[in-house]
Amino acid sequence: MALDHIRKFLVSSLLMTATVTASAETFVFTAIPDEDETKLVERFRGVADYLSEELDAEVRYIPVKSYAAAVSAFRNNQVQLAWFGGLSGVQARRLVPGSEAIAQGVEDEAFETYFIANTSTGIEPADDFASLEDQLRDKTFTFGSKGSTSGRLMPEFYIRDTFGDAPEDVFSRVGFSGNHTRTLRLVEAGTYQVGALNFQVWQKELGDGNIDTDAVEVIWKTPAYPDYQWTIRGDVDERFGDGFKDRVKQALLNLDDPALLESFPRSGFIPASNDDYEPIRKTAEEIGILD
Amino acid sequence: MFSYPTVRTSLAFLAIAVVGLAFADIAITAANPWRDLGNFFLGVITPNFFSSEGLLTALLRTVAFAFVGVALGSFFGFFLALVYRAWPVRIFCAFIRAIHELFWALIFLQFFGFHPLTGVLAIAIPYSGIFAKVYSEILDEADPEPGRLLPPGTGRIAAFLYARIPDCWAQMRTYTAYRLECGLRSSAILGFVGLPTLGFYLEASFSQGLYSDAGAMLILFYVLIATIPLWVRPKLLPVYVLGAPFFLGEGLPIVWGNVERFFTEDIIPSPLKDGEGLSGLMSWAGDLMVEQALPGIWNTVVLTQVALVATGILALLMFPLISKHFGGPVRRTSGHVFLVVARSTPEYILAYILLQLWGPSMLPAVIALALHNGAIIGHLIGRQTNGIRLRPDAVTGFGRYSWELVPRIYRSFLAFLFYRWEIIMRETAILGILGIYTLGFYVDSAIQNIQFDKAMVLILITAGLNIGIDALGRYIRSKLALQTMPTC
Repeated sequence: MALDHIRKFLVSSLLMTATVTASAETFVFTAIPDEDETKLVERFRGVADYLSEELDAEVRYIPVKSYAAAVSAFRNNQVQLAWFGGLSGVQARRLVPGSEAIAQGVEDEAFETYFIANTSTGIEPADDFASLEDQLRDKTFTFGSKGSTSGRLMPEFYIRDTFGDAPEDVFSRVGFSGNHTRTLRLVEAGTYQVGALNFQVWQKELGDGNIDTDAVEVIWKTPAYPDYQWTIRGDVDERFGDGFKDRVKQALLNLDDPALLESFPRSGFIPASNDDYEPIRKTAEEIGILD
Repeated sequence: MFSYPTVRTSLAFLAIAVVGLAFADIAITAANPWRDLGNFFLGVITPNFFSSEGLLTALLRTVAFAFVGVALGSFFGFFLALVYRAWPVRIFCAFIRAIHELFWALIFLQFFGFHPLTGVLAIAIPYSGIFAKVYSEILDEADPEPGRLLPPGTGRIAAFLYARIPDCWAQMRTYTAYRLECGLRSSAILGFVGLPTLGFYLEASFSQGLYSDAGAMLILFYVLIATIPLWVRPKLLPVYVLGAPFFLGEGLPIVWGNVERFFTEDIIPSPLKDGEGLSGLMSWAGDLMVEQALPGIWNTVVLTQVALVATGILALLMFPLISKHFGGPVRRTSGHVFLVVARSTPEYILAYILLQLWGPSMLPAVIALALHNGAIIGHLIGRQTNGIRLRPDAVTGFGRYSWELVPRIYRSFLAFLFYRWEIIMRETAILGILGIYTLGFYVDSAIQNIQFDKAMVLILITAGLNIGIDALGRYIRSKLALQTMPTC
């Protein structure tokens, strides 16, 4: 009887390796999970359909659970294109020699982080971050994801730069909400008193009437910095045919479906290059996120 | 009473927990925790079963990963059990089971990516270590008499198969079936790191406050676990085990170069890669210890000790819910339902829910760990009290509880509790991924920063801590002469 079972196990483990099927010629892309999942799936399925039509190839979007998972999938060549944030893009391009930033949103040239506070804190909005020091000290504070540019890197940079202390020393409690929508909800509900998020998410949610402005308000806006971009692996031409990279780039730059653009939300895509993200790399090295 | 070693040990652990509590960060930081909890329960009683097209597929995948993972685990565990006497095997098994399924998944994700193998191995590897240990314990306790009665010259394999296995078969089968239930829980939470199981959708619905969707998923999961005796039949098992590999989903193809890169580059400490030599390595390791490992270890130990004692207290409070010495059938049935729900919900999911509702601190983690583990132990000792026959004129009510039952089950209660000590610590470490500053938090941060060298060192430290606690737990159990049967 035991032997019988052993045989079954053996057969099953053999079969398992057989399920490893190749879908080599599907062009796969991913995106950092910076917002609510349903929104991302809706948005990027639209992009997949669009690219599939433009490139005349099978295009598939896979959702991931963390920024690092997006970077790893890109590095491991399980996805060939990704919608990264500034920081995740820098990380990914460092790990994959030959990969290139090919397009960014019109808004990504000058992106911003908004610091928001629950109104019960009584913090008054200011133009000068330093003047908020007394009011911010010992409040509870949440970043977005650990790997986020607008939700972690830039706010941490300005906190350290302005107050001369690590976030843990400025605030009584520091958390990582996971994504921008979540940061907004947590500060709105008062779970955290202060938070920092992507300004596009704030403006879109505000425009859609999803923010209780009696409960939460913007208290400070960072100076502009470069953020999101489409990054593609350097070896796609070998795999999908000559000129494939340029066709992907052109397809992204030509994207003008208002509904699709609105879902990002971006007004359009413009060319980008790796050098555009040098400031992000320097900032990340300065606060020790990059070695 | 204080002269009893069991009482003294209990009080010592209670004291440690009270001191730990003074250092622990326990606070409800949400502004409206009870309103959110109310909304959540409202969601559970108004479940929306048609929320996600992927829900049924996710359930199917959850079952498939559990079957394949547990089958492979028990297969390899069985062979490891045969050579479990050897020291290297023992150490190897202790090591692989000291690393939580989620950590294994995070490691495999780095080079297998979203391939089914990631989820299968994440379950199969630690389960092999657990199966090896438990199977070998079961085999050791087999009655040696049938073996001695065999005619001289009987081959070792024949003797093993005909004299040893039959005596252990029932116990091994029961334990394997029980592990399958654990496998379903493990499989479900793998979704939280991106595998296509239930946790994937649960996390998505929860983080968006779609409580009715999340409620539906939880209810389906409870039904799945509660109906195991109905759908897991010995005759159907081969069908499941053979069929499961076909339902793991396709994932993405493995690129084997990534595996090599992971082991030859990614996990090599960065100062060695950059040629900074031994001094560079020392300062790298020193920084890692001071800034991440030590705070992580401290928080992990504090949370574990508090959660252990909370588990004990809850178990003692909950066992009367299903004991036939108290209340009638209505009370007992609802008690059963409550305990089944509490122990079927993985700690990770309970902690996730409470963290979302109450804000981040150790409190949600303590309550999640205590509810889940307390319900398991409460269930076991509650069942045990049903075998106790009291005198017809025995006292009733609180007197019966404190003078008749608790003293009779206290030793096995402690045995279960110390058995679960290591399990609680394994879970405590992993809860860091949710934002509590235990070792898992630093592991997750290192992975988010793509610093796998740091992540691996921290995972090894976590494993070492677990092995230490496991040994200490075994030492205390043998000191107090406590015996137990394994639970997951």
